[in-house]
Amino acid sequence: MSKQQEGSQIIKTTPFHPRVEAANQTGLWSHWAGYLVVDRYQMSEKFEYFAIRNSAGVFDSSPLYKYRITGKDSEKFLSGVLARNIRRCRPGQAQYTLWCDDRGFVIEDGVILRNYADEFLLTSAEPNLAYFKNLIGYEAVEIEDVSEEIGTLAFQGPRSRQILQTLAPEIAEIGYFHLTEAKLGDAPVTISRTGFTGDLGYEIWVGADDAIATWDRVMEASEGHGVVPFGQTALLMARIEAGLLLLNADFESSRFAWNDEHRSTPIELGFGWMFRDIETEDRPFIGRNAIRRELSEGSSRWKLVGLVIDWKEYDDKYNSAGLVPPKDHTPITEEYMLYTDDYKRVGYATSLMYSPILQRHIAIGRVRPELSVVGTRVNLEVTINHRYELVGTHVARQPLFNPPRKTS
Amino acid sequence: MSTPTQRKYDAIVIGGGHNGLTNGAYLAKAGLKTLIIERRHLVGGAAITEELHPGFWFTTFSYALSLLRPDIIHELELTKHGFMPLLMPTTFAPMENGDYVIFGQDRNENVNEIARHSKHDADAFDQYEHDITMVCQALKPLLDNVPPDIFSKDPEELVAMSALAGHMRSLEPRVLHNAVRLLTGSAADFLDDYFESDILKGYLASSSIIGTQVGPRSQGSGLVLLYHNIGEHDGVFGAWAFHKGGNGGFTQVLARAAQAFGAEIILESPVSNVITSNGRATGVALEDGTEIEADIVVSAVDPRRTFMQLVDPRELPSDLVENIKRFRFQGTSAKVNFALDGLPKYPALGDRGDQYRGFTNIGPSIDYLERAYDEAKYGWYSSRPYIDCAIQSTIDPDMAPPGKHVMSCFVQYAPYHLKHKDGSAADWDQERQGFGDTVQKTLESFFPGFSDLVLHREIVTPLDIERVVGLSEGNIFAGEFLAPQMFFFRPAPGWNQYRTPIDGYYQCGSGTHPGGCVMGAPGKLASQQILKDVSARS
Repeated sequence: MSKQQEGSQIIKTTPFHPRVEAANQTGLWSHWAGYLVVDRYQMSEKFEYFAIRNSAGVFDSSPLYKYRITGKDSEKFLSGVLARNIRRCRPGQAQYTLWCDDRGFVIEDGVILRNYADEFLLTSAEPNLAYFKNLIGYEAVEIEDVSEEIGTLAFQGPRSRQILQTLAPEIAEIGYFHLTEAKLGDAPVTISRTGFTGDLGYEIWVGADDAIATWDRVMEASEGHGVVPFGQTALLMARIEAGLLLLNADFESSRFAWNDEHRSTPIELGFGWMFRDIETEDRPFIGRNAIRRELSEGSSRWKLVGLVIDWKEYDDKYNSAGLVPPKDHTPITEEYMLYTDDYKRVGYATSLMYSPILQRHIAIGRVRPELSVVGTRVNLEVTINHRYELVGTHVARQPLFNPPRKTS
Repeated sequence: MSTPTQRKYDAIVIGGGHNGLTNGAYLAKAGLKTLIIERRHLVGGAAITEELHPGFWFTTFSYALSLLRPDIIHELELTKHGFMPLLMPTTFAPMENGDYVIFGQDRNENVNEIARHSKHDADAFDQYEHDITMVCQALKPLLDNVPPDIFSKDPEELVAMSALAGHMRSLEPRVLHNAVRLLTGSAADFLDDYFESDILKGYLASSSIIGTQVGPRSQGSGLVLLYHNIGEHDGVFGAWAFHKGGNGGFTQVLARAAQAFGAEIILESPVSNVITSNGRATGVALEDGTEIEADIVVSAVDPRRTFMQLVDPRELPSDLVENIKRFRFQGTSAKVNFALDGLPKYPALGDRGDQYRGFTNIGPSIDYLERAYDEAKYGWYSSRPYIDCAIQSTIDPDMAPPGKHVMSCFVQYAPYHLKHKDGSAADWDQERQGFGDTVQKTLESFFPGFSDLVLHREIVTPLDIERVVGLSEGNIFAGEFLAPQMFFFRPAPGWNQYRTPIDGYYQCGSGTHPGGCVMGAPGKLASQQILKDVSARS
């Protein structure tokens, strides 16, 4: 049993905690899913961010909820529960997936690993155990919350493969969204080529008792490569560039939304590609009918898009107001309104930041579907000298940062 | 890559340094068939990265990035081609008594760190930063526009002059006065108004002497200080970064951008001269005798070579020739680059190494810097020089094998015109090792055991800079940063708008406004002028 189950702490610590604590130089902590986590290990989260883009960084993502789904009917069960077709995910592969309600609104998203034909590991940001268990009918399926038993260490960045393969040569071969079993020292681990940074990277899934030894092995192998642990802020910077959505920032769970204004469909979130075969494949799943209807009627209210703010207009507006144009990389997950040139409100940005690697302000946002064509101009409302100002912005292809090494 | 594909181009740029590449990229982007000609086997000029020791990548000359104009990044789409400035999270300033200052990314941490040395200065630092940032913001537009010709009666120029005067009048009196004090006065005087601690003043004054024959107490050092603060990264004035792969990594990005816009680059093709006919440039002759035609020829090399070597000065007005002859170069900087077996140890910090992830500034007081300058005044290099160290491999692991490091040391003073105590000329090639030893001994005094880490040492004297890069007298800015050589007067009164007296022949190097540093502005502004002339002609 892992340490955190021994005591009666209200805020838990992850299996990597002793190492995380030693590396955290700021004395600052945050809470994520009931765990103590680090926003930035050093005074400069931007330096941690550059480790991800230039070398590699280590991130403790253990607080994610993890459900092990087993049993001979597990594939059948998941193919009815998850919106994306799990049958396409072969053993040894992983999949980014969603689950919806029967009105076709997204409940949550997560990554699912298929370790064996009838063994899956699903991650989620929020608790979903009761929700999934209630959906089990007469199938032979077991769902177990293994959140505390498994530590997850993300190892992300262009050097991750080169370093990790000195510990586990088998990872050299695994493709994007594939996984392998391996041993790091004595510790059996699963290594998946997944992550939340949009870069080349891996996630190491390890039993809680072996977590610390695994951290140490990875850091030892990284010696001299400029690898540092990175916190939430650097991760959230990377994920906006990578076009990866965050629950309660870019969308809300339909289970807890107050009304449909706060609900989104997968099509609205830009996941239409998951349903290309919906007409030809006879797969019942929760939300299928609503999604088919939305696709055939074109009734989506929004389309999630990448947004690139016009650097020149942005600079000029601030300069002419007598201010140095602020270029803060810290992600802002508040709504920023989008308008047409004639001041009609046509959408809103949900995650906004200055991207150091793209050298401009970018955002994830949503616009009316007819404005979602790449290159369409809208205006982002910002506040300059306490007055609203519009800054030209255009719709751009997601992900805004997409290096070939991510998938190669 | 070393023979042109055509006999005739719309435009030829002589010199593949960062300004030549920038200029060529803009011309190509505007649709001109453009050829960039580089003498060496690689582009970049002084901004190159070379593997001078197996596995160790050296920024032989220029080593950091700050002043690059943000509009160039966007307009040339550099991020598409791998533009990647890596933030320096720390700056480290060792002291002679073994103490130190480390600046980091957190303001309060910096306040605490300064307060260890002076509580007074901890407060003054914020005021200083604010004041200097306001001056930078006020003067920034000057870097991004073609300067007016103060001598012209052309209505367009009169309008530009009056717009400039209007801009200056619009500034708060304090900002304008600070600007004038910096542009004309000494860095020491300016800093004395704010600070009491030697280490803080020494650290800040260090950037007031770069590349110029001045000490921090010389009038004119304020301008150099200002230039080193007016650069920006991600909206922060005075921020510096290492480009991925060193400054050579940056010029490779520029070259890819230029080529993507259609510019052609040829290497190992030294230019003999610009071909002129009846006062017009008609092309370029290479040293191997090849002649290539073009209506526009742009010199990206320094003013002396632009006016005295590439064309016949007898074709030029005599006042221009005279001004170019007295344009001050007198290079005074050198480099010593090391391959290291590990990170240097600073005794007060034990095994720590995170202090090296930016500049390490060996310039602990204004007195230290001024003494270093004293020797240079009389023609010799400093016996305890100012050294700006950069161990780029601490933030870019591609620069050296794991656990090993490259350390770039910018050293001042090292006067190009070296002379012995008796006044007789000395030869840099003979003094090279002695100079390298002096630098290494200075480093050893701050980092005991330093010499044991040295795997390889590369000494770059001002003479080497001149011979290899082509910068006259080894001046890193292609002409000193002194008020009489800036803005209206760079490189010469009446010729500060990138044109020359020869029709179709232009200048775009660091010897033109706004000057040296990896800024790109001369290359860009020159392209605007050229394109304006092209559209007026057609």
